[in-house]
Amino acid sequence: MILGLVGLCAPLGDTCLSRGMTELGSISLNHPGALIAAVFTPWIASGIVLLIGFFASYLTALSWADLTFVLPTTAFGNVIVAFLARFWLHEPISIQRWAGIVLITVGVGFVANGPSLTERPAESIAASALPAAEEEQVR
Amino acid sequence: MTVPSSSPGLWSAVGMIAAVVLSSTAGEVLTAAAMKSIGDLDDIRAHSGMKGAIRAVVTCPLFFAGVSFLALAFFALLFALNHLDLSLVAPASASLTLVTNAIAGKIFLKENVDRRRWTAAVLVCVGVYLLAH
Repeated sequence: MILGLVGLCAPLGDTCLSRGMTELGSISLNHPGALIAAVFTPWIASGIVLLIGFFASYLTALSWADLTFVLPTTAFGNVIVAFLARFWLHEPISIQRWAGIVLITVGVGFVANGPSLTERPAESIAASALPAAEEEQVR
Repeated sequence: MTVPSSSPGLWSAVGMIAAVVLSSTAGEVLTAAAMKSIGDLDDIRAHSGMKGAIRAVVTCPLFFAGVSFLALAFFALLFALNHLDLSLVAPASASLTLVTNAIAGKIFLKENVDRRRWTAAVLVCVGVYLLAH
């Protein structure tokens, strides 16, 4: 569920940001204040709320799984958004996008079948701690 | 797709996307390192409640380093979206970040990025590009 929330909130939040930024028009680096003001427009604010939900779920997932497990797995959210667009908004899905959906699904299947966390055996932790312990004894 | 006619050019587009990808990768690696150093948030929440979990996160210096880079990546993305097409920025940055994170995860976080994870990273990278294109 946590990984699902990460996958859903991120693309939805990005979509809100994209719509908000395109509505604003061109912003120059000479006026950086315009970027700050953009944060308070409705679409950008909605995007930020969704991204806060994404970030809380993302942090929780990272506390018990590897980064290289969490990132590919949560990319499945793109597939969910594509299906929502197809069946809810009745947008067509091209062959290219179907290929993308298949590749992501196969990729997530690959990574989800493996361990979510790199095992660090007790011996290796003890071995890395050993020189420090010996150094303490010498002192 | 590609760069709009009003855009500064190919190398500027590459620079903007590289800025998003590199700052995002640095932020995600630092944040992952911070969360690993804190421990399982579900366990912390079970013992100390939600406040304890929030306190554990916000008192970790690595977390703030990670968030700073993620904030940089966020504003770099806003800037890139303002100058380049979404159909270029979204797939390029999303797919490249997966690969750079796999490399950075192996080098800096010492994660076991085996053949299974490399395959997944490459498949999802190409898939995200095709889907978001």
